Amino acid sequence: MTFLGYKLEPRTKPPGQVVFLYSFAAVLVALIITGFIFMAYGLNPFSAYATIIQKTLLNWRGFSQVLLKSVPILLAGVGLVLAFRAQFWNIGAEGQILAGAAAAAGVALFLPLPAPLTLPAMFLAGFIAGGLWGFLPAILKVRLGVNEIITTLMMNYIMLYIVRWLINGPWKGKLVRGFSESDKFPAQAVLPTFVGTRLNWPTLGIAILFVFFIFFLLSRMKLGFEIRMMGESPEAAHYAGVSFLTTTVLLVLLSAGAAGLAGVGEIAGIHKKLLEPTSISQGFGYTAIIVALLARGNPLATLATALLLGWVFASGDVMKVALRLPDQMTGVINGLLLLCIICIEPLLRYRLVRTKALPNSKFKETV
Amino acid sequence: MELELILNTIARALAFSTPLLWAALGEIYTERSGVVNLGVEGMMIMGAVVGFMVGQATGLPYLALLVAALVGTLMGLAHAFISITLNANQFVSGLSLTIFGLGLSGLLGRSYVGQPLNVAMKSVTVPFLSEIPLLGPALFTDQKLLTYAGLIMAIILWFFLNYTRWGMTLRSVGESPKAADTAGIPVNQVRYLAVAFGGLMAGVAGAYLSLAYRPSWGEGMTNGMGWIALALTIFALWDPLRAIGASFLFGAFFYLSFTKLQTVIAPELLTMMPYIMTIVALTVIALGQGKRAFGAPEALGIPYQRGER
Repeated sequence: MTFLGYKLEPRTKPPGQVVFLYSFAAVLVALIITGFIFMAYGLNPFSAYATIIQKTLLNWRGFSQVLLKSVPILLAGVGLVLAFRAQFWNIGAEGQILAGAAAAAGVALFLPLPAPLTLPAMFLAGFIAGGLWGFLPAILKVRLGVNEIITTLMMNYIMLYIVRWLINGPWKGKLVRGFSESDKFPAQAVLPTFVGTRLNWPTLGIAILFVFFIFFLLSRMKLGFEIRMMGESPEAAHYAGVSFLTTTVLLVLLSAGAAGLAGVGEIAGIHKKLLEPTSISQGFGYTAIIVALLARGNPLATLATALLLGWVFASGDVMKVALRLPDQMTGVINGLLLLCIICIEPLLRYRLVRTKALPNSKFKETV
Repeated sequence: MELELILNTIARALAFSTPLLWAALGEIYTERSGVVNLGVEGMMIMGAVVGFMVGQATGLPYLALLVAALVGTLMGLAHAFISITLNANQFVSGLSLTIFGLGLSGLLGRSYVGQPLNVAMKSVTVPFLSEIPLLGPALFTDQKLLTYAGLIMAIILWFFLNYTRWGMTLRSVGESPKAADTAGIPVNQVRYLAVAFGGLMAGVAGAYLSLAYRPSWGEGMTNGMGWIALALTIFALWDPLRAIGASFLFGAFFYLSFTKLQTVIAPELLTMMPYIMTIVALTVIALGQGKRAFGAPEALGIPYQRGER
């Protein structure tokens, strides 16, 4: 079908600039719609955005809050990039974050270890617990073809209730009457922070290292090659002798393990105890899906997309305090972002090309 | 004592299963057409908040119910547009509807938190049937009209799906869109209708919560029920009639988590059961004789485009 000398042509892989441009446009549209919500609350959208930017990006304290919120969604998000590349639709990062948090809390509260070993043991336990929480859906998918979207989603709720059970039952703190939470962690199980902020640097460092590790894995290592082949062309992977079971289990352990690490960072760096699951993770596992989708399979891009979503979270706090907006704004913006991002998908699948004829010959065509 | 607990559980499980049943029936139709909508939770909560707002403004709960159904339908249509017309990832689309709905409902309902609804839906007692010894009072006193409407709806939808031409059309679109297309059935139109209907039912389910079950608005009051409804769809093996029993079972688990059973089993572990049972059900289905025998639509989650293999 031609229109004014141009036609739509399907394409397999859009070039990088196009992806960036369209993604940028999608984010912009979401932020513009948010501007209208500001107006509905009687705020001037420009001055509202100015306040937000001033309080989140233009001073270190504010920016440290952006980083603070970016760390968990970066870890979980880059894990999801890995899983999505293999067409394993892991929606379970939320539960995997909580699994990591619970395991780390167990180590902090009940495992008598020499002080310098406590934190490494917590990270290790969190990684393994997160990974294991993705294990069942992985096995069920490869072995029986059970849809991983549903199973990982169900696993989220199962872990949510397990953590609730722990803080109300066996792990309920002896010193915290009335509250549903564990005792405070001992000092050796608390992560050091940058002076004057709540941002802990070990998890930030681990997150960035993990991003480069996933990048290296996908682009340089045999496992990464197998993961990509499995995602892009399962038949070819099959004939090349890729073991779907081993590869899937490994990639899910890494993907879910990364989310587990995020959970460790949240409780060892910020809360310093095991508490209500919706306070441990304010939907970071679901936000990580946006981070991964926006990064479009590129692990390095999550550095930018996680910052963007971290900024949305930090802005939510500013909106609440400085602009007196309800704290559900974060959810609304997240939802809008996700909607806009998937709506540009068909645009990326096609491109506008000029038909062979010169523009002024279009009249002849219609005759 | 024991008997009282059992009868009480039956009565309350029936009341609690109502929103699950309405939402699950909608999702069963959506999925029978081959589309998955993970936005049930978002559509339900928008139905709940809009239903409450309209109910509070007009004092007409059944008008409020209608508007809530409309809001659900519109959200269903949005999902249909994104997943069918734009052919974008339907799982992400549904998820974003849930995230968006949870956020927006919180914004809209903020000033209504803590207000009791002025005119709530009345409870009904079915004459004659409520006089049956033991089960009569449990099943037929002090329930809401929507509870019985849901049960009747399930039977109608079951009949419609299995014994009418339209039902066959819907099933064929979900099982083999290509064959349906060849037979002259407008595949995507049928899917649009089914997804919109799923939204309508989720809207009703949400409105039941805020207009009848607990006539008030609380943030996040659907409390994961949308996800349970999704689980229920699978657990009921995509069959409207089975959804009655399945929703009753899930409702019973939820009610029991508030009762004396707490001293025996932690309430959290009871609330967790629907999710575990869904994974078990999926596994058993997969272990069995393949998808078909159990009723999972063959083309579930697969977009249909002409000219593609």
